[in-house]
Amino acid sequence: MIKIEKRNDVPMALYFFTPFIAIILTILGGGIIFYILGFNPIEALKFYFITPISNLYGLSELLLKATPLCLIAIGLSFCFKSNNWNIGAEGQLTFGAIVGGGVALLFYNQEGFYILPLVILAGAIGGMIFALIPAILKTYFNTNEILVSLMLVYVSKLLLDYLVVGPWSNPEGFNFPETRQFSDSSRMPLLFEGLRIHAGIFLALAAVMLSWFILYKTYLGFQIKVSGLSLKTAKYAGFKGKTMILVVFMISGACAGLAGVGEITGPIGQLHRMISPDYGFTAIIVAFLGRLNPFGIIFASLVVALTYLGAETAQIFLQIPKYTGQVFQGMILFFLLASDYLLFFKVKILNLKKNELRH
Amino acid sequence: MYKNFFRYLISAIFLLGFSVNSNADFKVGFVYVGPTGDHGWTFQHHEGRNAVEAAGIKTTFVESVPEGADAERVIRQLAQSGHDLIFTTSFGYMDPTNKVAKDFPNVKFEHATGYKREHSNVSTYSARFYEGRTLLGHIAGKMTKTNTIGYIASFPIPEVIRGINAMTLAAQKVNPNIKTKIVWVFTWYDPGKEAEAAQALIDQGADVIMQHTDSTAPVQTAEKAGVWSFGQASDMQRFAPKSILTSIIDDWAPYYVERAIAARDGKWNQQDTWHGLKEGMVAMGPYNSAMGADLVKEVEQLQKDLASGKVHSFTGPIYDQKGNILVAEGKVADDGMLAGMSVYVKGVEGDIPK
Repeated sequence: MIKIEKRNDVPMALYFFTPFIAIILTILGGGIIFYILGFNPIEALKFYFITPISNLYGLSELLLKATPLCLIAIGLSFCFKSNNWNIGAEGQLTFGAIVGGGVALLFYNQEGFYILPLVILAGAIGGMIFALIPAILKTYFNTNEILVSLMLVYVSKLLLDYLVVGPWSNPEGFNFPETRQFSDSSRMPLLFEGLRIHAGIFLALAAVMLSWFILYKTYLGFQIKVSGLSLKTAKYAGFKGKTMILVVFMISGACAGLAGVGEITGPIGQLHRMISPDYGFTAIIVAFLGRLNPFGIIFASLVVALTYLGAETAQIFLQIPKYTGQVFQGMILFFLLASDYLLFFKVKILNLKKNELRH
Repeated sequence: MYKNFFRYLISAIFLLGFSVNSNADFKVGFVYVGPTGDHGWTFQHHEGRNAVEAAGIKTTFVESVPEGADAERVIRQLAQSGHDLIFTTSFGYMDPTNKVAKDFPNVKFEHATGYKREHSNVSTYSARFYEGRTLLGHIAGKMTKTNTIGYIASFPIPEVIRGINAMTLAAQKVNPNIKTKIVWVFTWYDPGKEAEAAQALIDQGADVIMQHTDSTAPVQTAEKAGVWSFGQASDMQRFAPKSILTSIIDDWAPYYVERAIAARDGKWNQQDTWHGLKEGMVAMGPYNSAMGADLVKEVEQLQKDLASGKVHSFTGPIYDQKGNILVAEGKVADDGMLAGMSVYVKGVEGDIPK
């Protein structure tokens, strides 16, 4: 007989420690998988987690990859903390990239210091508007935000497909599904010669600071946290629930939109169909691994970014299938949820006697 | 004098050691857009890689590399980790390939299906798939009962339009009443969409289906519906043994082996390669016996004539949809015209999506 009991006194320190346990278990689990696949686990793990960041270029790539993940996860933390399940960050990213990219294309043959800020602003607004759709439907029509935000991902991706194949395709591009290259004034400035890390990282850092301030130092942050803990309490306290839902979705959408615009004005430099390898979905793992805490999210985005890079390096050096990257991301989430469960619940194996059973 | 002698000796030893070393360490990298098991585009590039490996040259591949921001990192990592020749096997790698090539002048790059060779260490290569389409058109024109050929097309780029036109021209030659219906799916690989497109074409009366997409879904749909079909990129016969009349096979192996050996021996030069049936970069799968011995013979003869240059896929007179002349009688389209082809020929239904 197994009995599950809620634990009452979960120490905060342990709560923030479990992500590390999850990561360690993932690394051990990964080692076992590599061993079963016939690789030397130590060597494989070295290629996975150390080689990718053993030089300056690798570090730059890690930050480049972590930037959109961190931005999106910061936005998502506002939604998730207040019990709003925005699953459609990928769509908000795509729509932000469309709006920002549209502005960049307007200025494709012009130069000027004002262009990049305009493009970035347009991207944030685009993401914000797109996130407002599930928010408004939720607050005024009582729809399920999980479904609406998820389905809107496909809407935005198909819209992007349509634009890059049709009206926005490069007139000199032989009908290939891509737009013109943006002008240099629409591109994020690079931080170092020869590396791809760009000014977008400052957007992510600013988002971290700002979100910490909002969540822990403002009335809005207090509302968000209380709503997350108990919707009823929030209602009794007289919080305006509808406004808060709209606000958290707008913050979340704006962050995803910024991530999208950072990708197209950073490493990509144009719009095409492959602007994001599902950053919007992976960021959900990042948000939870970071415990929805702004500084935790920085750390989590670096860890998850490393699983992408490691998968590539491991394939190049050992020909380990690239899909192990997704296996690692899945394992991190699995071990995190499992350790959370064990943290909050006690599993008791009861040794019942016969007479006890009769009662 | 002695000083100089020693200097030469040391550099000679160093160079010798280096060249011997680099010969043994010579490595070729491949970047694939899909998984090696897609049974289409990437599968064939992987077969080419296997041939290079069989020729005694070490290779590495990275599969399913998205054509976005990640491509540049993967290509750069291959260049950094001692690969001397790198094949990037999808159109979307064009800009990243050229960008990395600039920073690694000693590494050779080969980009498939692109047109940018911005640095002297970048070559491009592609196949004259349209020659295969001419053979398919001939077969389709003879096999169709409804005079309607269904064509699943990916993107309205010159390569795809060239294929549609070559097929239609060849089919018209043997059957003047032929009509080509097209469904644009705007993807290279999406089994669901491709199957739907095949079904839509069959519902519109097409009894021969062909595809310029990479999954096996269209041939499987055709097999179920009892209509004819053709395999794409690799021999897809085993996925639809009754329905498939033949396949256009992309055979990259001879080219990859030739280029890898040239690079290893220091004889690699920048070039733009466009090979077809003649060189074997385009090959045909086995012909279905349902075609009948006469038709098989005819097609085999046509295949030989295309390979020898006796017959050209685009021989005038060729008219566009409005009846304007594109290629005059007795002339053949030159490569420049083929490379930029952006209008349908007469007999193709619908408009090119804009």
